[in-house]
Amino acid sequence: MTEYVSTTPGLYPLPDWAKDDLSDLKGHQKHDLISGDEGEEITAAYEEAREEVIGVQEEAGLDRIVEGQLRWDDMLAHPLAVHDAVETRGIVRYYDNNNFYREPVVQDDLGFSGDVANELEATAELTDGDLQAVLPGPYSLSDLATDEQYGDEAEFLGAIADFLEGEVDAFPEIETLFLLEPSLVENVPEDGQDERASEAIDQVASATDADVVVQPYWGALEEKVYAHLLDADIDAVGFDFVANQDDNLYNIQEYGATDDVALGLADGQNTLVEDPEAIRDRTEWVEGQLGVTEFETVYLTTNTETFYLPYSKYQEKLAVLAEAADLAEVTAA
Amino acid sequence: MSANENKDQFRPEDHANDNFLLTTVVGSYPKPKWLNRAKELYQDEDHGFDEDDYQEAKDDAARLITNEHERAGLDVVVDGEMRRNEMVEFFAHRIEGYEFNGPVKVWGHNYFDKPSVVSEVEYDESWLVDEYKFTASATDRPVKVPITGPYTLASWAFNEAYEDDAELAYALADLVNEEIEKLVDAGARYIQIDEPALATTPDDHAIVGEALEHIVADIDDDVRIGLHVCYGDYSRIYPEILEFPVDEFDLELANGDYEQLDVFKDPEFTADLALGVTDVHVAEVESVEQIEENIKKGLEVVPPEQLVVSPDCGVKLLPREVAYGKMENMVKAARNVEADLDEGNIDIERGTPTPADD
Repeated sequence: MTEYVSTTPGLYPLPDWAKDDLSDLKGHQKHDLISGDEGEEITAAYEEAREEVIGVQEEAGLDRIVEGQLRWDDMLAHPLAVHDAVETRGIVRYYDNNNFYREPVVQDDLGFSGDVANELEATAELTDGDLQAVLPGPYSLSDLATDEQYGDEAEFLGAIADFLEGEVDAFPEIETLFLLEPSLVENVPEDGQDERASEAIDQVASATDADVVVQPYWGALEEKVYAHLLDADIDAVGFDFVANQDDNLYNIQEYGATDDVALGLADGQNTLVEDPEAIRDRTEWVEGQLGVTEFETVYLTTNTETFYLPYSKYQEKLAVLAEAADLAEVTAA
Repeated sequence: MSANENKDQFRPEDHANDNFLLTTVVGSYPKPKWLNRAKELYQDEDHGFDEDDYQEAKDDAARLITNEHERAGLDVVVDGEMRRNEMVEFFAHRIEGYEFNGPVKVWGHNYFDKPSVVSEVEYDESWLVDEYKFTASATDRPVKVPITGPYTLASWAFNEAYEDDAELAYALADLVNEEIEKLVDAGARYIQIDEPALATTPDDHAIVGEALEHIVADIDDDVRIGLHVCYGDYSRIYPEILEFPVDEFDLELANGDYEQLDVFKDPEFTADLALGVTDVHVAEVESVEQIEENIKKGLEVVPPEQLVVSPDCGVKLLPREVAYGKMENMVKAARNVEADLDEGNIDIERGTPTPADD
């Protein structure tokens, strides 16, 4: 019988009070962004905000609890932006959004950081729920960064995979790991690159016993990219059904799927709050389109990160996902 | 010299030179510090500074900046958008169908109250007629009215109600059209549509073009309509934008040191060019000589009768004295170039792309 798990890809909006407090504490300029060695007051504000978003997830009834990545000023580029071997330069556009991050330029060997592991340790202390880690996938992280150390695209991707593997290895016990890979859609890997991306993902996934979900978004993967991704030893691929239904369905029908699947059915970039029943119905519709097999686990999630939303709408989206998963369980039983 | 009636209607009667390079601004200007302070007092519930007091402060600021533009010598002035907080929020508060749910991140700790369109957008009360009337009464010079364009109003909002952003943009364009009709009835002759969102999604230029058709429907041809676009790869929208039903394109080019100038040389630029001749991201006042050189860049694209002189973009983020210095030098430079043109001292070949350096 299929298990329905409500979760999110993390990268939450800061609570409004934290937006104000951290603006005052940190400032508004490029050099004011998170450095990885922030002082006491800033750390305390983030801790309070973290506790709040953990509470929001618990109250909503989500089946997985994420840290919220509230410190990730540079969004998915964060793990590099705070790394000692990286210099951050100008402000560059974050994919096709009206959002910007500091360009991380890798200038030395990417050793162990532990920044994300520390966040997860702190989260584990605040909740008894099932913990979910969130990281950029290796392909997206290398795509968001600039390399001045390794000199070669394949080598750089390998170094990023090594780095992420080391980070995952230091994680506390987690139930699930989400690797976010929007670049697989937005900057389609070329021949050879697609295979290397899959191998890099496989390497990072192998560093944990937790279930690994790879979530591309802002559309569907190209066929070949999807086929290669299925070669990686991962538990689930995520599908952005908000941005594209037809091509995602085609991929699954044509190439099959992992035993578990993540369905991005709530829009992480629009304030229109979906009905839980509608999410449940869409879940059934996707399952119905595939017909043949039953998934072991279906993760119900927003398609993208949720930092694009006003805080109140983000909270509503989480509640909807939790309720939709409950409804799906009932219907399936 | 051939005539350009649409532009020449703004030529001052006592203009000293035969040539006329219309000088104006894009719109926004630094707010006096006391106006920000007045806003804080107004928002402070414990304070007795009430709505009338704040209105008076905004009126004073609008009058002050309009006069500052006059003092700088601009041919067409604006009130510096003293009554506007942000270019989307201001209009979204005045259009039925928008609601606000709180700030969202742009980058770092820079946020924006991104509104949501939750139902059909409708025209309620006028957006800018009072602003226009006040400014027009505060000056003898012609007044330009900047309006955030429908594509930007659609793109920089959450769309909950329309099939797609294009449909929303067209619906908003009809409202902009209604507003322009009212502005024209009130005496406005120069409207500028601001579409900064086009720079980030240049492939949508056809949507902007279609929206402009809605905007100018039944508006008298004599009314000057400009389109302001900034920060983008112009080669992705040119020459397609020449089909847009506007009289003037107001373009940011000084910031990129005119690297993109050649884009506009072929095919021939058939509209008026409002050329950005001072960089709004550099807090130093360019010299008159430097700005003269920048103005001459425009003459590589259009003849003098099609050239308008303006800063790259709104100057609101500059220190006020720097903003003023740039306006003042810009006007001096324009008058110098006009005089040089009158005397036949300027010989610039138009439409010839600059050879690459290598």
